[in-house]
Amino acid sequence: MSSRDQILSRIRSAVAGAPEVEISRSYQTSGQEAGRVELFAERVRDYRAIVHVVPGDELAATVARALSGRGARRVVVPGGLPEGWLAAVPGLERLRDDPPLSAAELDAADGVITGCAAGIAETGTIVLDAGPGQGRRALTLVPDYHLCVVSADQIVGGVPEAVARLDPVRPQTWISGPSATSDIELNRVEGVHGPRTLEVIITR
Amino acid sequence: MSGTFLGMPSFPKNAEKALQDSQLRYNLRKATHTIRAKRATVVEELPDWLELRAAGKAIKDETLRHLDRYLLQVEEAVTKAGGHVHWASDADEANEIVTGLVRATGQTEVVKVKSMVTQEIGLNEALAKEGITAYETDLAELIVQLGDDWPSHILVPAIHRNRSEIREIFLEHMAEWGRPAPDDLGDDPRMLADAARLHLRERFLSTKVGISGANFVIAETGTLVVLESEGNGRMCLTLPETLISVVGIEKLLPTWRDLEVFLQLLPRSSTGERMNPYTSMWTGATEGQDFHLVLLDNGRTKVLADEIGRQALRCIRCSACLNVCPVYERVGGHAYGSVYPGPIGAILTPQLRGMESPLDASLPYASSLCGACYDVCPVAIDIPEVLVHLRSKAPHGPAERLGLKAAGWVLDKPVRLERAQRLATRFRGLVPKRRLPGPGAAWTDTRDVPPVPEESFRDWWDRTEGGSR
Ligand code: SF4
Repeated sequence: MSSRDQILSRIRSAVAGAPEVEISRSYQTSGQEAGRVELFAERVRDYRAIVHVVPGDELAATVARALSGRGARRVVVPGGLPEGWLAAVPGLERLRDDPPLSAAELDAADGVITGCAAGIAETGTIVLDAGPGQGRRALTLVPDYHLCVVSADQIVGGVPEAVARLDPVRPQTWISGPSATSDIELNRVEGVHGPRTLEVIITR
Repeated sequence: MSGTFLGMPSFPKNAEKALQDSQLRYNLRKATHTIRAKRATVVEELPDWLELRAAGKAIKDETLRHLDRYLLQVEEAVTKAGGHVHWASDADEANEIVTGLVRATGQTEVVKVKSMVTQEIGLNEALAKEGITAYETDLAELIVQLGDDWPSHILVPAIHRNRSEIREIFLEHMAEWGRPAPDDLGDDPRMLADAARLHLRERFLSTKVGISGANFVIAETGTLVVLESEGNGRMCLTLPETLISVVGIEKLLPTWRDLEVFLQLLPRSSTGERMNPYTSMWTGATEGQDFHLVLLDNGRTKVLADEIGRQALRCIRCSACLNVCPVYERVGGHAYGSVYPGPIGAILTPQLRGMESPLDASLPYASSLCGACYDVCPVAIDIPEVLVHLRSKAPHGPAERLGLKAAGWVLDKPVRLERAQRLATRFRGLVPKRRLPGPGAAWTDTRDVPPVPEESFRDWWDRTEGGSR
């Protein structure tokens, strides 16, 4: 008998006669509507990310300020990112992932700018799903600085609403603050292997 | 279950060693109390925690009830998405499969993201025998690996080490494994983390094979889910050309929607955060990667056959039960002689491995039955119930004697624990919160404090032949 058949038959005899299970979903499946954007901003800040909340027409100027504040000149720009976001940045070198950038090229970039698929207010989480303006997963992993644009209508209240909205077949990265470790005497240190700086612009 | 920890002496012997180590006890106390408080804060924040917990328990029970069906679903979904699925009855078979897959790539190095199941099967050692070096990339696992040591906590495996010890380990051993630590390395956690970042960077960017476990596997879609903090997980999952994930068969969840429950339960119970920094989800061969899923039994179907014991398979390895356990706080993870320490280890290890060895037979006694572990468990595993059940199955005489000895190492006066255990047994079911009155609550910190031993745990192990000399 193959291991597969062996495991399956062991399972069948182990649970034979066990009672059926009923799953009750009496927990909350939608978060609060009011103050979502503010809550999201506050929770992302809690993770020591830099957060700006700006009207939509100030996005380009805010992007420009953020990049120049970092001195970021060579920035990874995923396919499908609206050109308008970068309209106010002078002298930016756009690193396109087409043909795909090597890990070393990503490592040498000053940062990456992306959009996102969803934001979760209650947990301060940004979800990327490799959609337009986000690119493949390595793009937001290897560069040391990640600038992420979230529009207010992408922000949901809680985890259940995000799960309902997302497509499981797409590769996803859920990001809650910059990379961190508490492995040394439980002292939280931001920035280990992922981007050490996360900056988020929320447009409303 | 096999590997590193087999042949260790019984729990009380190990506990004695741990109790003499003041640094260990100080670190453990600080760690468990800190994480415990953080957890309580973020759990209180959710008004529907109890409903989430009930749903989490039910979803896992449903998974186990129809595990055969869900495994077949996973196999189909992963295969359809371009991945390859392998089945392993035991540790040896899993190690053979993984070794074979790595060899087929022609590579001799792999990067690993922290995974308890690969420790359970002793994968690194099996790979080493075939000339393949496995590099641990989680900061704590790196500290453990460089220090030739064993993990002591599920979430923070190097919690038994303080900053100056970690600095020493980095200075002495990083060069043997790759980029050396900078000469002027200080013991500030920021500097130490930066040293680890640099040490691992080139390795991440160049290694072609990654090995991981998974926190969850969604049957319906074939999606794997890995939660982490540092980004080393993302590196291992994303950059290599070949990804091999070894997963215990109990890690499944029936539907995508079930994540709405577990992505709330796990981070809050584990690190005490609203959400952990990074969660990766992928389905089959992703972004051009070659993907292999190894489904591991290794004793799990045996646990499943035990009506009372099977609830241990609901465990999502959050480590909340360790952080509230008065016994764990004093003896630390090594005493449990397995990759699964603390209350969950006390019920899982003897079931996975059987209770033939003195260590495994003594584990069900490594508890005061105070019930704090049950209260915090996000999937409501009644650990005290399973402990009592296992005690009734343990070979009686020797195990009981050892158990009482264990009590003696933990509390100063064995008689106190004896009484506590009897009381606890009597009060179970009567006291709704299961808080132990009297002696069980009065754990005191009165042991003598000898100096910190200079040798590593494993050196001590070798020198004393497992504490028997
Ligand atoms: S037994 Fe419960 S509390 Fe302990 S690690 Fe498992 S899920 Fe967490």
